Amino acid sequence: MKAKHVRLLKVPVFGLSLIPLAILVAEILGLWGLSLGTNPVEALIHFTGTWGLNFLLITLAITPLRRLTGQAWLVRFRRMFGLFAYFYLVLHFLSYAGIDQRFALGFILEDIADRPYITLGFTAFLMLSALALTSTRGMVRRLGPRWKKLHRLVYPAAILGVWHYYWLVKADLLEPLLYAAGLALLLGMRAWWRWRQRRAAASSSPA
Amino acid sequence: MTSKNRIRAWEITSESNYLNRRDFLRGSGIALGGALAATALPRVAEARPPELETVAWPGSTDEAPNSWEDITTYNNFYEFGTAKEDPYRNAQDFVTRPWTVRVSGECDRPGDYAYEDIVKPHTLEDRVYRHRCVEAWSMVVPWVGFPLGDLLKRFEPNSNAKYVAFKTLYDPDRMPGQRRPVLRWPYREGLTIEEAMHPLTILSVGVYGREMPNQKGAPMRLVVPWKYGFKGIKSIVEIEFTQRRPRTSWNMSASREYGFYSNVNPEVDHPRWSQARERRIGAGLFAPKQPTLMFNGYGEEVAHLYAGLDLRKNY
Repeated sequence: MKAKHVRLLKVPVFGLSLIPLAILVAEILGLWGLSLGTNPVEALIHFTGTWGLNFLLITLAITPLRRLTGQAWLVRFRRMFGLFAYFYLVLHFLSYAGIDQRFALGFILEDIADRPYITLGFTAFLMLSALALTSTRGMVRRLGPRWKKLHRLVYPAAILGVWHYYWLVKADLLEPLLYAAGLALLLGMRAWWRWRQRRAAASSSPA
Repeated sequence: MTSKNRIRAWEITSESNYLNRRDFLRGSGIALGGALAATALPRVAEARPPELETVAWPGSTDEAPNSWEDITTYNNFYEFGTAKEDPYRNAQDFVTRPWTVRVSGECDRPGDYAYEDIVKPHTLEDRVYRHRCVEAWSMVVPWVGFPLGDLLKRFEPNSNAKYVAFKTLYDPDRMPGQRRPVLRWPYREGLTIEEAMHPLTILSVGVYGREMPNQKGAPMRLVVPWKYGFKGIKSIVEIEFTQRRPRTSWNMSASREYGFYSNVNPEVDHPRWSQARERRIGAGLFAPKQPTLMFNGYGEEVAHLYAGLDLRKNY
């Protein structure tokens, strides 16, 4: 696909990525018969967290998809999806810190220190913050080879994010396990390719 | 005084709340991926259960009860699914008559008792209680019921009866949530005999002056207002008087997190979250949490049951 077409395609993809936000706004304002339901604070936190995780997995699916389909242009969408993941996770964090805890710093710090699932989630959020801050072209240039190393943080951040979800569920682990399976597949493919590449390199080198 | 000729407590405080149907019930099911579909609660064919003859109860809290919609569309009843709206969605066709309760163990009148045999001899009271879920949300619920102790005395427990054990119906055909092993079915709960005989402990057969909606634990359930909500076992089919402490479902599932007593206690946190504050359902998106009260505010009546007991160890 030509660069021009990629640029054109970015517009509808950007619009589609905003649909969850539009639904959230409609739910908050009570438009189109939508609402946040009986426990709006919980609904807000779960909705934004779920979409942060969804976009994180979409972002991590780009590289395997590119490899499987041979469509190199797919990588041009990776940053956008990554930033949408971060955008929904910022809303997730603000829903928790601002609306649930009303910015009561004492309670928030106690949660981060004492509640393991919040410790995990907050750690992942800090990691992704570093990635979002260094996502600009200028930062890519300035950091050079270190940029690639830094952005490998997305793997532990995604693992911590799914773990965060797994640890907050009371008994029904089905949904967090589905996310874990999806993430395991995406990371497993990378590990598999890497292993094969190394083996090929080893066998082709002179004995 | 019966329900026909008096004003019930909640009618003064929240009649408008009670009469206004929530907007989201009209929400059309917009399907845009699973996560989105879950946000719009589809309208389920729902007929309000018939009214019951009840009398006022002087001990009710004067806090405003939650609306019918809050109470009947947001609760945990894993037998019908693990999402909060699942019981509302999946329990509408649950048939609860005939209903039989098996009474056994350390008592002189064991046997199978029909719903009518159990409920008929008792005067039904409107009891407005605070309800505190272990997940740190709370409601105010106008239950209909009668003291459990009055019922238990009819079975003539003997001096070996130190505990009372309860079981929920196990019937995966009628309770679809039981088709997955989320908990070990059937659901079990238990109380000490002193807790079971306490005048605040009720067998509840309704809410808002009507028969118990299916999704709330029809036809009869336990309500123990100073304990976390999960102690209030629903759709009871077995009552057993025992000498030894019975096993209870959430304790079997995660004993570090859910103890046998499970009294509401702001000072003893759940291992994964704080119990110091609670979110009152219905207060809205921007309402602050409120402090959780020791024994859910019923300490004056029940604290003596636990005199000398280390509540940190006996959580």
